[in-house]
Amino acid sequence: MTMTIMFAVLFYFAAGLFAVGLIYRIATYARTPAPLKIPTTPAPRTRFGVVMLMAREVFFFESLFKATIWTWIFSAMFHAGLALVLLRHLRYFIDPVWSWVSFIQPFGLYAGFMMVAGLMGLWARRFFVDRVRYISTPSDHLMLALLITIGISGLVMKFITHTDVVAIKDFFMGLMSFSINTLPSDWMIYLHLSLIALLMIIFPFSKLLHAPGVFFSPTRNQVENSRDKRHLSAWASKLDSGK
Amino acid sequence: MATEIKAPPYRVFNIAPAVVPGAMADVKTFVASDKIQENLGFPVFETPDWHDKAIGKMGELLGKYRSLKVYMDACVHCGACSDKCHYFIGTGDPKNMPVARQDLMRSVYRRYFTLPGKLFPWLVGARDLTREVLDEWYNYYHQCSECRRCSVFCPYGIDTAEITMAAREILDSAGYGQKYSNEIIGKVHAIGNNLGLPKPALIDTLEGLEEDTKEDTGFDIRFPLDVKGAEVLLITPSADFFAEPHIDSLIGYAKVFHAAGISWTLSSMSSEAGNFGMFIGNYEQMRKIALRIRQAALELGVKRIVVGECGHAWRVAYSFWNTLIGVGDGGKDPYAIELQKQLDHRYKQPMHICELTWDLAEKKIITFDKEANDKHIITFHDSCNVARGSGMGDTFGGQFEIPRNIVKAVANHFHEMPEGTTHEQTFCCGGGGGLLTDDLLDLRVKGSLPRMEALQHVVDAHGVNFMACICAICKAQFTKVLPYYGFDRRLIGGVHQLVSNAIKLGDK
Repeated sequence: MTMTIMFAVLFYFAAGLFAVGLIYRIATYARTPAPLKIPTTPAPRTRFGVVMLMAREVFFFESLFKATIWTWIFSAMFHAGLALVLLRHLRYFIDPVWSWVSFIQPFGLYAGFMMVAGLMGLWARRFFVDRVRYISTPSDHLMLALLITIGISGLVMKFITHTDVVAIKDFFMGLMSFSINTLPSDWMIYLHLSLIALLMIIFPFSKLLHAPGVFFSPTRNQVENSRDKRHLSAWASKLDSGK
Repeated sequence: MATEIKAPPYRVFNIAPAVVPGAMADVKTFVASDKIQENLGFPVFETPDWHDKAIGKMGELLGKYRSLKVYMDACVHCGACSDKCHYFIGTGDPKNMPVARQDLMRSVYRRYFTLPGKLFPWLVGARDLTREVLDEWYNYYHQCSECRRCSVFCPYGIDTAEITMAAREILDSAGYGQKYSNEIIGKVHAIGNNLGLPKPALIDTLEGLEEDTKEDTGFDIRFPLDVKGAEVLLITPSADFFAEPHIDSLIGYAKVFHAAGISWTLSSMSSEAGNFGMFIGNYEQMRKIALRIRQAALELGVKRIVVGECGHAWRVAYSFWNTLIGVGDGGKDPYAIELQKQLDHRYKQPMHICELTWDLAEKKIITFDKEANDKHIITFHDSCNVARGSGMGDTFGGQFEIPRNIVKAVANHFHEMPEGTTHEQTFCCGGGGGLLTDDLLDLRVKGSLPRMEALQHVVDAHGVNFMACICAICKAQFTKVLPYYGFDRRLIGGVHQLVSNAIKLGDK
């Protein structure tokens, strides 16, 4: 029961920090003005075009595809895998489980392997490509280690040790209605869950901010219409009135 | 410094070089003197509070530029940009990889502005802003030409140019300015152009040009200066007034105006298209330089503002003038309205000289004798700031198509350089962004490697003997570095140099 309470506290804390931290970051990005038009070619000339470009960037990693095919492959494997795995995990938070969530369960399983393989590939680049080795910091390595450990501990519980998923669902459904149900006593689930909590905690303070960041990148989200429409930020327009 | 400057060998395979740490660590462009700094109202160096000034400026810029704020946070060190910079390809110095160049600042950002950097600097690569770090900034942020090639490939669109500009702005605020850029900005404020050509010298040059073209063509081609009530104000880089091959393009513009019967003028007060305020990332300087153009347009009462062949200038004109000085459409504030009332909005404001020439050519108002350029086998070098930071015409990619259309309309032999080295993936000439100074010649020669490789390809395959471009810096840079690679320096020239050769003057 002690562990259950500790994890309950941990998850409330992690979820709170994750939400507040992320909202604070996004608010900061949104509040900071972009005084000049700096879209990078190929830049769309309409708002709709920007939405399409952003969609290609977020779903297909278009720029990365142009840059290096291996990073793109590993990165796509990891992100697509992670997305499916996350969707698969929705079943722990909803009851009854939506039919499409049930449908993707088997795919989400294979996606777990794809995710770990992609991460391994990304990590290998940090050792074997001299340029990428040069720029890698300890936190870059630890981040990959963290994600891989989360992935592998999940796969181990599915395929080797097996854990009481019904009890885990009870635990999380309980947390969502502010009641505490016993978490199964299993070291693998303790490991899996603590690392996920750690990931949520460091998210708003780390390079994981690339996820919200891409939407606020002026080279990608600006409409290229500088000759047709005057673009003025608040601080820049003050210079105007000063004249 | 006595070592001989040599071109690096071409790469056998078209891949990134192995990293050579510290290869360019000692390359340092001349520092601005106290006088140059004071002239712009910037502090001078070696004051005890440089550290606090720099960190204070960094905090200010993080609040003023979303680009900087987001780009400091978003990088994941994926390495997509790592082999995209021409200075890295040419030097192998890992700090010339865009990501590593950004990290010079990101490491300091993390230390002073993020929680993990404050608590665990070793973990996230955070470091204090020491004097050594500041020197490193100075050296490597003056090995970036702000060409933005890296930003094409970054999955988050991180633009190293934005970070270089911020770094230079911070360095300036600590008194650590660059001699080349800051001296030139002083000249623009005092005289009106980057070269410091005063009005009498300008008059002299233009009169000489009228005589020369009369001799060459038999026609009275005018090069008007300060003519009130002219239709067009031409804003062109001051190198066009005297440097080779720039001047041949100036003659080309004059012939186009002559053949089309458009009245035009230059301005002695505003005789510069280039805006070095952008190079140093200083909004106020950039605006102040641009304001001279607005003032000239108002005083001369012109209907159109046309910009000559100049890459960074066109980026500032196309992307920033509307913001800075209200040249463009859609301004609803009183400040912009005054100018917009005067300008003729049937035309794009501002307009690139290539847009003007191509429009006239399409309407058959000007015609060409293509055979006049038959001795030239031509390729086209996309200048970085035109390619990635601006547009032309009404459709996407106009900045690529319009200059090529002109070249193809005035000449018979045209060949593209290999894919991946043109259009938005073009390589910088190696001299842009405030680096076109002789104290950086070694860097400039090495940085032009990828472009020279691409050029060699079409020289071998098609016998190309003329590389056309639309940028004053590209022209000056290539004139200087082409011989290091065994090419004739006259291989580089302007698009309007070709127009000048072929345009028919008689019928009009």
